[in-house]
Amino acid sequence: MDTPFIVDDPTRHTFRVHRRTMVDPDVLAVERNQIFDRTWLYLGHESEIAESGDYLSRTVGGRALVLCRDDSGAVRVWLNTCTHRGATVCREAKGHGRFLTCFYHAWSFELSGKLASLPDAEAYGDGFDQQALALVSPPKVDTYRGFVFVSFNPSVEPLLDHLAGAAEYLDLVVDQSATDMVILPGTQEYSIKANWKLLVENSIDGYHAMSTHATYMDYLLTAMRTAAEATDLGTGHAVIEYRAPWARPVASWAPPLDVSLREPIAARRAELVDLYGEQRAGRMCDTSRNLLIFPNLIINDIMAVTVRAFEPIRPDLMHVRAWELAPAEEDAALHEVRLDNFLTFLGPGGLATPDDIEALESCQRGFSTWQEMPWSDISRGMAQKRPGITDELQMRVFWRRWNELVGREPGEVPVPLRVVGQR
Amino acid sequence: MSAPSRLARAEAEDFLYAEAELLDDWHLEEWLALCTDDIVYEIPATGLPDGVASSSLFLVHDDRFMLESRVKRLLSRNAHAENPRSRTRRLISNVRLGESPRSNGQPDLAEGEVALRASFHVVRFRDDEMHQYVGTYTYRLRLSDDGPRIVYRRATLDADSLRHGGGKISILL
Repeated sequence: MDTPFIVDDPTRHTFRVHRRTMVDPDVLAVERNQIFDRTWLYLGHESEIAESGDYLSRTVGGRALVLCRDDSGAVRVWLNTCTHRGATVCREAKGHGRFLTCFYHAWSFELSGKLASLPDAEAYGDGFDQQALALVSPPKVDTYRGFVFVSFNPSVEPLLDHLAGAAEYLDLVVDQSATDMVILPGTQEYSIKANWKLLVENSIDGYHAMSTHATYMDYLLTAMRTAAEATDLGTGHAVIEYRAPWARPVASWAPPLDVSLREPIAARRAELVDLYGEQRAGRMCDTSRNLLIFPNLIINDIMAVTVRAFEPIRPDLMHVRAWELAPAEEDAALHEVRLDNFLTFLGPGGLATPDDIEALESCQRGFSTWQEMPWSDISRGMAQKRPGITDELQMRVFWRRWNELVGREPGEVPVPLRVVGQR
Repeated sequence: MSAPSRLARAEAEDFLYAEAELLDDWHLEEWLALCTDDIVYEIPATGLPDGVASSSLFLVHDDRFMLESRVKRLLSRNAHAENPRSRTRRLISNVRLGESPRSNGQPDLAEGEVALRASFHVVRFRDDEMHQYVGTYTYRLRLSDDGPRIVYRRATLDADSLRHGGGKISILL
């Protein structure tokens, strides 16, 4: 079972990850090649470009992209580069208009991609095919219930196959709205000086809550040990689910929410029970979940719904973006609660996330010793029949998929390896 | 005796400098004593400098209870991002009186309140790294016999992201 990067030994209840995976630029190069160039990556949400003419620019998988809605209302994704000589056609974070115009030589493109005009077009010969110089899309673009994904791999599996068991969990989030879930204005954009995979682990790590967030989480632990489980959703995705005592704006009232909100929340719960039945509605309303969609999308459906995506810049640096998702029809008071709920815990100015960042950066500093202390241990709960959320099954799910893609590409050794230290 | 109704710019500056010193010296309880019970302390997301906290995602939006929790946390040993503590230096300038923060979703100035704006440059040192936060403060101060008290305090960052600020805001900005 052993491979150079991972020791996965169920008989000895041992799962270890080689710390070289966290520090080596060669490993990152293979990750870019085998993961970020090959699988589906989350780009953005349809609600961020709600109207025809809306556009935004964003870098995903290392590529500058434009996400927009064209005149016909269709969602479009373009490589953010002029087909003439390469300058970006969109230099704003977001905007609204009929054209994306490259300022360099003023080539102008419709949001549908068509090259609409270029100065002195007559200087090009009769054989010049202007239509062939439309904006170019990534090889694959697809949407699942408002979530827009791209892939730079023309032969990638269909998005739904990739999402596997995670699709149902997206349904549980999206169905919380009677109309649409929308991304609220405002993006938290930050960075962490640590390997991107450390944030994967941290985002679905129930074990660290009792130590890292002791001040915040004391009251939570009992709840987390009951009715909590981790589930492998296939193709590297995983979820942890648990009942937490915090309020959930989708239909679970608790202090410190104002008493006046008790009624609208109960009403919304009743609607969801009517629509989906007690069992599914109960799951939607009462259960908190942290969902990992491989490789780098986290959806936390907890005291608010957060969407977080991140990508590596260097082995020891990642960029992170986080948004908040809410039912479009929710009333203003509940919206406000949801926003404040988010901020009490999450985000780079919250009460918890700065400590997570500190923990990840502290790991990365510790990895300076990787040659002498090569292994990290992710064995917790391997002996359990049904691992709980303070176990590490969900991380093993990620690492096993990672290892399939990066650690041992069939017929190919991606990185010449020199494993230091004992297995 | 009625509370003063005006604040000279020099007095406003003295107040801001004293506040900056309390924060730089980690006298956070003393700083908290300058805040009213209805304090709002907020930092909009970068990229949304005109955001209103009731309808958009912020980086910080604290009421008194949350702010007290934040201070208690920072003064404990469990605020890991500030343990060991960073050293900070707050440079405050371009102080202007009298511009209402109404556009931030704040109510009109009440009797005995003044609004002010100032530029800040907060530098944070930790782990041999330097993080910088640059932007504009917007205040609503309530004047009392004991001096001005903070009703509203907003730090609007100029940066496009927190990637220049060490990736987070673990101090009171």
